[in-house]
Amino acid sequence: MSTLVRIPQPLRKLTQNRAEVEISARTVGEALNQLEQEYPGLRDRICDESGEVRQFINVFLDGEDIRFLQGLGTPIADGSELSIIPAIAGGSQERER
Amino acid sequence: MSYTDGLRCRLCGTRQPIAPAAICEACFGPLEVQYRYEEIRRDVRREEVERRPRNIWRYAELLPLEHAPSTGEHTGFTPLRRARRLGEKLGLRELYIKNDGVVFPTLSFKDRVVAVALSKAIEFDMNTVACASTGNLANAVAAQAAAAGLPAYLFIPDDLEHAKVIASQIYGARVIGFKGNYDDVNRLCTEVADRFGWAMVNVNLRPFYAEGSKTVGFEIVEQLGWRTPDVVVVPMAGGSLLTKIHKGFEELTKLGWIDRNEVRMCGAQATGCNPISAALKNGLERIKPVKPDTIAKSIAIGNPADGFFALQTIRSTGGWAEDASDREIVDGIRLLAETEGVFTETAGGTTVAVARKLVEQGRIRSDEVTVLAITGNGLKTIEAIDQEPPPSIPARIRDLEKLLETQSMKRQEAIIL
Repeated sequence: MSTLVRIPQPLRKLTQNRAEVEISARTVGEALNQLEQEYPGLRDRICDESGEVRQFINVFLDGEDIRFLQGLGTPIADGSELSIIPAIAGGSQERER
Repeated sequence: MSYTDGLRCRLCGTRQPIAPAAICEACFGPLEVQYRYEEIRRDVRREEVERRPRNIWRYAELLPLEHAPSTGEHTGFTPLRRARRLGEKLGLRELYIKNDGVVFPTLSFKDRVVAVALSKAIEFDMNTVACASTGNLANAVAAQAAAAGLPAYLFIPDDLEHAKVIASQIYGARVIGFKGNYDDVNRLCTEVADRFGWAMVNVNLRPFYAEGSKTVGFEIVEQLGWRTPDVVVVPMAGGSLLTKIHKGFEELTKLGWIDRNEVRMCGAQATGCNPISAALKNGLERIKPVKPDTIAKSIAIGNPADGFFALQTIRSTGGWAEDASDREIVDGIRLLAETEGVFTETAGGTTVAVARKLVEQGRIRSDEVTVLAITGNGLKTIEAIDQEPPPSIPARIRDLEKLLETQSMKRQEAIIL
C-alpha cells in the first residue's frame, strides 16, 4: 500500500525540500502519524493541539476535501494521492461554539 | 512615495518583507500588507485626494505599490447613485447603489483588484500572470494583461456563462476549463502556484490583490461627502470584498478623514452556496464548506478563503448575513433594473434580494443610510434570465394598433383578476 503525499512549499524544510513523499497508511490520520515518524515536526505544523487539522490548512484525498469525506478517519485506497494545501484555497473546519 | 511596511500574518502576527507570498510560514495564516498610517496622516489631506484623477489611484498611499501603477489607469470611481425608486420598494428612505457594473475595463469590481495585482506583478518582475476564477476575475486579468503586454493563463470551471468565457478569450489569454467547481480549480491553482513562477493574482499575489477592494469603501465614503453609511450590503464569494470595504472605512478613520466607523457590514450569499451566512446563522465559529449549486456562479465558492474573516467582520460590526434562492436572485435583478435602470448580474441580484430580507427582518431600519454593493454587469449572465422573446409583427400601423389593443386588454384583465 503506497500513497503519494504532496507537501506544500512552507513545509518542505521538514522534508528535505521534497515536494512529494511516499508513505503507506490505511487512513488519513494514520498517514499524518507516519509523516511525523519520517519527518519529525511535520504533524504539529498540520494539526493543532487537539489533533485536528489546523484552521488554515486543507487536506485533500484524490482532489476531495476530507471534510466532505470522513475527516482524519477517511480510508485511503492503494495508489491514492494526499494533498496538504494552505487554506488560501479557502475554508477552515467546522466547530460548534 | 510608498508607505507600505512589510507583510504581517493576520493570525499570529509574524512579519516578513514585501514579497510575492500569501501565507505565513509559521502558521499558514494569510499575510496582509502593513502601512505607516502616521506618516500618511502627516503627509496627505483628503482635500488633496479630491483634486486627483477619478480612479482608484487617487488613494495611492493606501495601496501596496512601491512605484507608479502600470495598469488600470481608468479603473474605479464608479457611480454611487441615490436609489429612490428601489428604496421605496424596499422600504428604505436613503438608499444608494455603488455601481461596479460599469468599472473600466471589464465591468466588474475585479478590475480594481487586478489593477493592483498586475501593477505589483510588474514591480516583482513577474512576466506571466494567472488566476483561478468564476469569470469576472478572468475577464479583468485577461484585459489588463493584454493592455500591459503580459501573457495570461486563466483557470475556470468548465460550466461558466458564455459571455464570461468569450470575454476572457477575446484578449488572447489562454483559458483552461476544468471539470469541477471553482473550489476544485482553486485547489489546483494553489498546488501549482509556485511551480511555474507565475504571478497567480489570487494566490501568491493575494495580499496585494485583495487591497484593491478597499477602494470600494474609500469611494463610498468620499462620494457620500466624507461620511460613512449606516449599513453596507455586500455579496460574499470568498468573503474578501466585505472585509476589505470595512478595512477601508477603518483606515479612513485612522487618517482622521472621517470621525468614526460604525458601519454595520451585511453579507449576501446564494442559498445554493451559503457557507458564510449559514455559519453566522448557526452560530459556528468556523466555516463549513459546501458544494455550490446556484445560478449565481460568480459567487459560487463553497470553500471561501476569507470566510472566517468575513464572519468576524460581520459579527464585530453588528451586521448580519442572509442568503437568497435562485428565484429571489432573478427577482432582485429585475427589481433593480425596473426601478433604477441598472442591469446587474446574479451577484447583484443576490445583494438586492438579501437587502430586502434584512429590511423585512428589521435588521436594517427604514431611516438608515444604506449602500448596496453592485459588483457586476447583467450582460455577462443573461442565461440567468428566463425571458419570453418580444412579439414580432409586420411593420404596419394596423398590426401595431391590434397588438397594443390586445396587450392593453390583457393588462386590464390582469388588473381585474
